[in-house]
Amino acid sequence: MSPPVELPRWLDVAVLPAVNLLFALLVAGAVVTLVGFDPGRVLGLLVKGAFGSRAGLSYTLYYATTFVFTGLAVAVAIHGGLFNIGGEGQATMGGLGAGLVALAFGAHLPAWAMLPLMVLAAGLSGMAWAAVPGALQAWRGSHVVITTIMFNFLAAALLSYLLVDALKEPGNMTPESRAFAASARLPGMHEALAWLGIAWPRTPLNLSLLLALAAAAGVYLGLWKSQPGYALRAVGFAPDAARYAGIRPQRLIMVSMAASGALAGMVGVNEIAGVHGRLLPDFVAGAGFAGIAVSLIGRNHPAGIVLAALLFGALHQGGSELAFEIAGFSRDMVFMLQGLIVLFAGAMAQVAAPGLARAWRRVAPARGRRHG
Amino acid sequence: MAGPSMSSTPAVQMRGIDKRFGAVHANRDVAISVRAGTVHGIVGENGAGKSTLMSILYGFYRADDGEIEIDGRPVTIGGSRDAIALGIGMVHQHFMLVDTLSALDNVMLGAEPGWRLWPARRQVRVRLDALMRDTGLHVDLDARVAELPVGERQRLEILKALYRGARILILDEPTAVLTPQETEALFATLRGLRERGTTILLITHKLREIMALCDAVTVMRGGRVVLDCAIADTSLDGLAEAMVGRRVKLGRGATPAAPPGAVLLRATGLGWTDALGVVRLADVSLTLHAGEIVGVAGVSGNGQSELLDLLSGLLVPSAGEMQIGGLRFAPAHWIDPRQARELRIAHVPEDRQRRGLVLPFDAWESAVLGYQQRRRYDRAGWMRQGAMRDDCATLMDRYDVRPRDPSLRTSRFSGGNQQKLVLAREAAPGPLVLLVGQPTRGVDVGAIEFIHGRLRAMRDAGGAVLVVSSELDEILALSDRVMVMNAGRVAGELPIAQCSESALGRLMGGAAPAPNEPLRMGERLPDAGRPAGPTAH
Repeated sequence: MSPPVELPRWLDVAVLPAVNLLFALLVAGAVVTLVGFDPGRVLGLLVKGAFGSRAGLSYTLYYATTFVFTGLAVAVAIHGGLFNIGGEGQATMGGLGAGLVALAFGAHLPAWAMLPLMVLAAGLSGMAWAAVPGALQAWRGSHVVITTIMFNFLAAALLSYLLVDALKEPGNMTPESRAFAASARLPGMHEALAWLGIAWPRTPLNLSLLLALAAAAGVYLGLWKSQPGYALRAVGFAPDAARYAGIRPQRLIMVSMAASGALAGMVGVNEIAGVHGRLLPDFVAGAGFAGIAVSLIGRNHPAGIVLAALLFGALHQGGSELAFEIAGFSRDMVFMLQGLIVLFAGAMAQVAAPGLARAWRRVAPARGRRHG
Repeated sequence: MAGPSMSSTPAVQMRGIDKRFGAVHANRDVAISVRAGTVHGIVGENGAGKSTLMSILYGFYRADDGEIEIDGRPVTIGGSRDAIALGIGMVHQHFMLVDTLSALDNVMLGAEPGWRLWPARRQVRVRLDALMRDTGLHVDLDARVAELPVGERQRLEILKALYRGARILILDEPTAVLTPQETEALFATLRGLRERGTTILLITHKLREIMALCDAVTVMRGGRVVLDCAIADTSLDGLAEAMVGRRVKLGRGATPAAPPGAVLLRATGLGWTDALGVVRLADVSLTLHAGEIVGVAGVSGNGQSELLDLLSGLLVPSAGEMQIGGLRFAPAHWIDPRQARELRIAHVPEDRQRRGLVLPFDAWESAVLGYQQRRRYDRAGWMRQGAMRDDCATLMDRYDVRPRDPSLRTSRFSGGNQQKLVLAREAAPGPLVLLVGQPTRGVDVGAIEFIHGRLRAMRDAGGAVLVVSSELDEILALSDRVMVMNAGRVAGELPIAQCSESALGRLMGGAAPAPNEPLRMGERLPDAGRPAGPTAH
């Protein structure tokens, strides 16, 4: 294996992902042409669908909100040296937690008490669901990749069981709970903006967006400015060095998984409290797995994750628009584009690095050298 | 001295071999000639170029210059495939075996006689059975490699090479992982192979093995051959001197400012058994006094690393106890690294890149590793990064870490500067006891002088310094007292005045000390005359 190429930080952080994205778009364009569509038109429609209208933008941001949460969840675990692919299950449990407190207390509590309670319940449920695999990893050595994916199935089964056998509204054919009381519904962005006197179309976008941005900022501060974050990154990068420094890896595995699970659980706030207003099956819809790609493309950094989530949100929204606008263009084409982006910006993220390094050395021959 | 099949044409002849890796000149005009059917030792310190030379012979590297002849015919060896075709086999220090496959499958892997596995297995088994009968190399062919003891894995590696038709066998530090008994068994095997006409090249830095096994020896230092002779024409002392080079000025700058003071740390009867049940450390006792540097000499892997880990709390011993100040630690409640730092025991670990530093961290983050929660650096769970950066800049100034940039990623500093950063961090809080592993491994000459100076300064300031090093030079330059370890035990202990390379070398090689017990410094009386060291001469 060749040693990793050391690039100046700005090239590594900004230019390399852009180059990768460009490659993905080029290949996708070739495929689109091959299938017989005009790639320029497709891209135009995609961008227009995602950002061209206030409604489109709102949908993009709504999808992005969920991806920010799951992306951050993956990133926090990765910094601790863990690959948490249980975002799907942890998000499901987050929704379940939020939903259960909404159903239990919604009729009695006002919104200012109810909503924080739902956020707390979502976080704690996701956290608890991640803590079990975390503990198994820390003290029993069971690999989290295996256990978290098993817990995804357990979460889905638990939710289905509760919906079908306990929470289903009498007389309703679909396995859904009754609608929450008004106090247990997170205001939509259109409502919030209306309070400020701004007219905005009604979309699923809700105040969870602000929560997501706060979470991104919180993850940044937590990882890079706090003592536990320092210990967590030390364990993730160099477990031996961490032990040498007197850090106990077991404890940090728990911290890392708990924070990861809580972040994934926030998806429940966006979807259950913010959009559906009732518990229903399969509301995560693969967002937990998409979070892996989002974190990968965002280089496991909160700022990168916010941008990557926006990209994925745009693809999601623009893709729906495309399928609607162009006859014969299915959403699968958009999944293909997503796949190419994951391939180029994630799996093959470093492939373009040597070329970029060569180009950079030609531009600035005296710089970017190893010191000492 | 050799088997019956000796012929006049050398089995291996390398001439004018030259190899550079960037600025490092690993081999300079190296010539070596190995007669067929002999065991030829290649010795030298770490970095002397012996592994490079053998890697060139086995086709891992291509020499920049020079020629190779095998059995008198000039050859080009472009890869290990060529080497195998020429009848050269290599047994690496770290075994190249697939743990989950059976021994039989490991031999067959890459050399299958046919594409159908079952008949192939049968065929290989027949040939291996014959080979095992002929050579006396016995391996349970049906056992999974993971279940085999280390000695048997090594026999399997040798079998693998022989199965592929090796007539010239290169063994790289074969005894590094073996117990003394396994080593004896290996030597018997190698002697047997020599009888059968196999030519053996043995890379080692254990001189005793050379004397015990080899017919001829080549000593390398700094990429050159410094001695090349028949074993009968040399001695342990002669080899040691050739290997180390110039006669080291003993106790160079090593006069302590004051005689050793109070006992700071006393460990008695330490023992440690690894997860496989191998005893790595047995009955090790040591005492560290204020104002002295104690050197721990020994060939790598004889328990020195474990000793450092036990004293710093990274490992918990299975036996023994330790006293620090008024505190007493038993295995049931052993010291942990955090506690050790609180008791002012600092540790510069042997492996700075994996343990002493976090390479992807910024320098200032690595510069607080282990001390990140000191009150000065902590504000209710948040890091006081300003203080950390300022202190890092100060440390870099005082220890001449270049470049002086606390925000530079740790991995971007050179080895010497990384080591200075670790040393600066550990020395800064003014520890009572400083444990140092391989203080100058992979460090350039300028930094070596600097680091040695700092360690002496710590001693003169009244600290106790324990230096573990596989470089005899370093031990001799720094120590006031030297403890030699072999096979997990203290082989002997000498005051610096009685140390010579040969005396230490023999203890390192496991030579039994002379009848009188080795000195234990803990029992030393302040001004009493001392009996002559057991192996001084």
